[in-house]
Amino acid sequence: MNGFKAVFKRELKGYFATPVAYVFLVIFLFFAGYLTFKNGFFELRQADMRSFFVNLPLLFVFMVPSTAMRLWAEERKTGSIELLLTLPITVNQAVLGKFFAAWCFLAIALLLTIPVPITVCYLGNPDMGLIIAGYIGSLFMAGAFLAIGSFFSALSKNQVISFILAVVASAILVYAGMPTTMNYLSSIMPAGLVSAIGTMSLQIHFESILRGAIQLSDVAYFLILIVGWISACSIILDERKAN
Amino acid sequence: MRFKLPDFKSLCFGFCMKLLMEKIMISVKKLRRTFGPIVAVDDISFDVDKGQVLGFLGPNGAGKSTAMKMLACFLVPDSGTATVNGHDIITAPIAVRQSIGYLAENAPLYNEMTVASFLNFVCDARNIRGKDRKQALDKIVPSCSIESVYHQTIDTLSKGYRRRVGLAQALIHDPDVLILDEPTDGLDPNQKYEVRQLISNMAKEKCILISTHILEEVEAICDRTIIIAKGNILVDSTPSDLKQKYHGSLEEVFRGITKKTA
Repeated sequence: MNGFKAVFKRELKGYFATPVAYVFLVIFLFFAGYLTFKNGFFELRQADMRSFFVNLPLLFVFMVPSTAMRLWAEERKTGSIELLLTLPITVNQAVLGKFFAAWCFLAIALLLTIPVPITVCYLGNPDMGLIIAGYIGSLFMAGAFLAIGSFFSALSKNQVISFILAVVASAILVYAGMPTTMNYLSSIMPAGLVSAIGTMSLQIHFESILRGAIQLSDVAYFLILIVGWISACSIILDERKAN
Repeated sequence: MRFKLPDFKSLCFGFCMKLLMEKIMISVKKLRRTFGPIVAVDDISFDVDKGQVLGFLGPNGAGKSTAMKMLACFLVPDSGTATVNGHDIITAPIAVRQSIGYLAENAPLYNEMTVASFLNFVCDARNIRGKDRKQALDKIVPSCSIESVYHQTIDTLSKGYRRRVGLAQALIHDPDVLILDEPTDGLDPNQKYEVRQLISNMAKEKCILISTHILEEVEAICDRTIIIAKGNILVDSTPSDLKQKYHGSLEEVFRGITKKTA
């Protein structure tokens, strides 16, 4: 447990010790706000946060891998992984410590979008349940992308490569469930297969949470995604730490 | 008579046995590791006692670092095992890591941290808290002479200071076994001297394993040396014995012995 705590603390502090956190937060908050209002937030004349949440998957596809790419690639490149893993810290503790610290950081980023719900509350009488569900869904989605990102970060010593691979993998998960993709797929594939691809997509489960009902199947989907990619990260790291 | 003779005898015997058992700190048994087709370490075995400074000597690529990484539980051996401080490196890697101080080659550190926060992180990981932490830091910072850079970012430090921070990290929990991979590599003569002083001062109560390819270093601080080339132990002797046996400087001995395998 000490190992986990030590890594978690160091990582979370590390974000704010370098300009990384601030650059990320400024860009994330700018785009989160810009996309919300650009897509006709006022024209809809509805006091809800749908126009904020629907943009998040695409924003996260780029933003989350940018926080995840350095997790292990940097550690392996500078050789500090040898320091970390010769302290009394297991690989699992280190992987989880880094993952949860990055997740916490993304939660902070989401928390800083609080002016948006405040605006909505000021303008009308929104359904708070929907907003809270939206935030929970976003947090799960961030966790899933982060798990994917940390896997690819452990895979390559090169941060650019791990970033690109993570973006592609995350984008596939999102785009598989987009209406345009589904329409195209249904013209060449049987309906059963198309809906199977749809249910494997992150988009469908995120949309479902956005509708306000947090179902077990959606939560399980995100948890399986996180646990699976994180375990894969542990395994690959144990295998490759010394190369 | 206050106590009987046999009792005293068995007491002595037990005490001697205990001493003997305690003396061996590192015991390596047929350790082997390959990287693809390359055999980095080939079935090496040796023991190191308490109070010994063992110099691991060999040309670049001889397998020194690989052997040390296995002892520090960073790499898993293909076959064979070792016990460090009574803990097996395969079955109890965390216990091994707890009881050793390890300085990796080139002393990797977290560059974006300050020396203070870095040492505090190491304390966190080693579960040194409260009063103990203050004591440990108060002791280690002056003894590694890093007071003047204590609040500086590691990124901005010179090579010598980085190495000393690495040493501080390895020594902070006062380990019984020290594994130092080329601790003086790339330092200027003064810094080399200081690091050697530091190591010599600790030598009595610890078991220290040092790898190097600098021969004067072996003469200066080691009381036993193992010459290793291509993963095999070629010589296991003391520096003075070696010189006597081969009638020359340690450098000639080294070249002579390692050349045969090249």
